[in-house]
Amino acid sequence: MSLKETLQQCRDNNDFSPLVSAVPYARLLGIGCIKIGNDVVFTLPALKDNIGNPTLPAIHGGVLGGFIEHAAILQVIMAMDEPRFPKVVDLSIDYLSAGHFRDSYAECRILRMGRRLANVQVVIWQTSKSEPVATARAHLLLV
Amino acid sequence: MSTDSNEAKPFDLEELLRQYVQGVRHSRVLGMELMQVEPPGLVLRLPYSDKIIGNPETGVIHGGAITTLMDQACGLAVAVALAPEFDITPTIDLRIDYMRPAEPGKDVFAYVEGYRKTRQVVFTRGIAYHDDRSKPIAHCVANFTRMGLNKKPWGNQKES
Repeated sequence: MSLKETLQQCRDNNDFSPLVSAVPYARLLGIGCIKIGNDVVFTLPALKDNIGNPTLPAIHGGVLGGFIEHAAILQVIMAMDEPRFPKVVDLSIDYLSAGHFRDSYAECRILRMGRRLANVQVVIWQTSKSEPVATARAHLLLV
Repeated sequence: MSTDSNEAKPFDLEELLRQYVQGVRHSRVLGMELMQVEPPGLVLRLPYSDKIIGNPETGVIHGGAITTLMDQACGLAVAVALAPEFDITPTIDLRIDYMRPAEPGKDVFAYVEGYRKTRQVVFTRGIAYHDDRSKPIAHCVANFTRMGLNKKPWGNQKES
């Protein structure tokens, strides 16, 4: 099934899990998504294979980075009329506190989506949205 | 080669860092391997594997796996910059620029160095590449803060 057909099916069924599971790397990290009305919250379950620092223990900073990046990609694909995999040009992550070994959540906000580029803001939290673990922004090339 | 059993083991940063990477579970899952420590820099390898594919149509690996490689390599570069002292050093921030896609089937290497250290902060930068450092896949900068909690030398480090 093409990406466009997958996306159409996801929109029709209001279930975006086929889109999420289409990518091996997203399956490795265990990324999922929850749809609330038209909004989407991406999920990263506490998996032992995602641990970085063994003593805390904490989620690997790179795993949070990969989660952020994939959440931004999915958010942009969902917003596209003609869906295709966007290319990440750059990504800047601020780590606000240790990502403990807990479930993590990501919410994305597309601040601008032009013809060529999208600017996406991502917030990661664990226990409460009011206490973000990391914030990030990314530029994605759409063409 | 004669060794005196009472003599302290020589400080081998490369071996300590190699063992450290083995202890970081997600880096082990990705099969990362420390290739070389050449102060102020080091080389870390990310082998190609199907599980890190980001685009199933092309087989190109996900940027997230490269971000993880760079994050790990920058963290190790902090240890190189501080050696033989050891400190807990959380990442403050990390920025990555993707200059060209990785080629399917090829391993990715990171060359990273600490280029400035102060009492509070260590600054690192580096690139990801396949076989030629003049043709980088990605460029990265990451800054780390020093907690100042543990100044014991690496060699005496007893990890709980």
